Amino acid sequence: MTTATLPASSTRSQAALLVFLLPATLWLSIFFLLPLGIVLLYSLLGQGGNAGVNWQFTLGNYQQLLTPVYLGIFWRSLGLALLTTVICVLVGYPLAFFIVRQSATWRSLLLLLVIIPFWTNFLVRTYAWIILLRQQGVINTVLESVRLVDAPLPLLFTPLAVTIGLVYGYLPFMVLPLYSTLERFDFTLVEAAQDLGANDLRTFSRVVLPLTSRGIVAGCLLVFIPSVGAFITPDILGGAKTVMVGNLIQNQFLKALNWPLGSALSMALMALILIPVLAYFRVSEQQAGGRV
Amino acid sequence: MTAAPQLWSLRRDRWIRRIGQNWLVAHAALAFGFLYLPILVLVVYSFNQSRFNAVWKGFTLDWYISLLQGGGSLGLLQREGGGLSGGGIMPALQNSLVVAVVATLLATVLGTLLGIAMERFRFPGRPAVEALIYLPIIIPEITMGVSLLVFFTLVFRLVENLTGWRLNLGLPTVIIGHVAFSISFVAVVVRARLVDLDPVLEEAAMDLGANEWKTLWRVTLPLLWPAIFSGALLAFTLSLDDFVVTFFTSGVGATTLPLFVYGMIKFSVTPAINAISTLMLAASLVLVLSSLAVDRDAVRFG
Repeated sequence: MTTATLPASSTRSQAALLVFLLPATLWLSIFFLLPLGIVLLYSLLGQGGNAGVNWQFTLGNYQQLLTPVYLGIFWRSLGLALLTTVICVLVGYPLAFFIVRQSATWRSLLLLLVIIPFWTNFLVRTYAWIILLRQQGVINTVLESVRLVDAPLPLLFTPLAVTIGLVYGYLPFMVLPLYSTLERFDFTLVEAAQDLGANDLRTFSRVVLPLTSRGIVAGCLLVFIPSVGAFITPDILGGAKTVMVGNLIQNQFLKALNWPLGSALSMALMALILIPVLAYFRVSEQQAGGRV
Repeated sequence: MTAAPQLWSLRRDRWIRRIGQNWLVAHAALAFGFLYLPILVLVVYSFNQSRFNAVWKGFTLDWYISLLQGGGSLGLLQREGGGLSGGGIMPALQNSLVVAVVATLLATVLGTLLGIAMERFRFPGRPAVEALIYLPIIIPEITMGVSLLVFFTLVFRLVENLTGWRLNLGLPTVIIGHVAFSISFVAVVVRARLVDLDPVLEEAAMDLGANEWKTLWRVTLPLLWPAIFSGALLAFTLSLDDFVVTFFTSGVGATTLPLFVYGMIKFSVTPAINAISTLMLAASLVLVLSSLAVDRDAVRFG
């Protein structure tokens, strides 16, 4: 009777634990943690020419990140990622709200339509925007044929193209967590608020929005994280003026062959992502603790 | 308060609500248009005769046929930083499938075991393992890619110095990388299912004399199959679609389908890319729908 409440380990052998636990943790330690550790080490070493290192500890690589050129690229990545996140909230929230209010059949169909892009190849989906945005692309052809513009607009290889690509790529990441929070939201609370005299706007801002804020935060993280470290989108849709940290890292590793600097860039990018993630976990743990 | 202003405010509210509802419908239509217009355009233009313009010149299957007839001539794939990796679409497709199948098998076994360990055992260092599971999901792909490049380069140099063997990046290194980022996804999916499974079933089996392995085979795994399948499908899709980690861990001759497509996009944009993209979209659609058939909630993970 009491076994269900006892810690499971009381009935299970330690030998079994090792068989379950060790293979994956070893794999992740050797092929994930160790490589990250080496990159951290490399970021603290001097450049040794042709992808090599000079075994002398230095903070020079990190100091180099603080020069205007690199700092500017970091700011741009941060700015584009934040812009993408904001647009995704503005587009995704009403969309998730709309889907939740439909009948069960429509709901699962519309949800499937949101999920399908998530399962299709990211490269292919990004490439689709080249056909739309390029000089003789669909958008320019349409604009010219209805005489809205005389000459094709330069759309591709601009910050606009990169932003569109990022929003397009990561919008499902915003809609899905928003949908699952809204799905659990008790809509009788809306009626209650309105019976008590609140109008629609007030009901939304004082009841619906606060109670679904967890989904918004989760969605923002899921969009911000891949956006700030994006590589494919700025590489394919961007130009020289839209270089993001991801492109810079690739450049240092494969073209400039300055691995220590590339390593420092990778570590800085990781820090940029881990800070909001850790803050999120800290806050949600506190909230969970407060409720129990 | 008189009745008239109240009636007026009631009317006003109803009016606002109607606008709000219409606006929501219009917004949803636009949002779905935004999600699907590019895909639709891609599919339509894969059948367009015109080579460079967006103008419709007539229906053709030429781009699909050109894929079948030695796709290698479509683009000579100069990888940045790497050498030439030629070969057509068929070798790339074959590489992708080999990598995806092997990586999925390994990641599914390791991830399932890890998921069971996390959900059914209490042990010291559990929070550290927890972090180890989530880190590969959170970390930027590019960081993971370059760290594997640095790691393999260093290890290969060490091996060469010690034994004289020359190892190179290739399909095995790609597989290792794919397993590394897929384990976590499988483990998370399997754990989510285990939380809902009453441990009493497994404990009853052991109380009745089944040992750890018999319990695993006869009780835990049969109950977990849908979750394991979902996890495996996720790993398979992630592997098949991966570009960034593959880009840094594949050497010459280990071109996968996404690398092949990337080469085409970067160096020779022809409508053949539309054709190959359409085929990849169709394949993804088959994968999503088949996973739905197995487990209705499977595809929700993300």
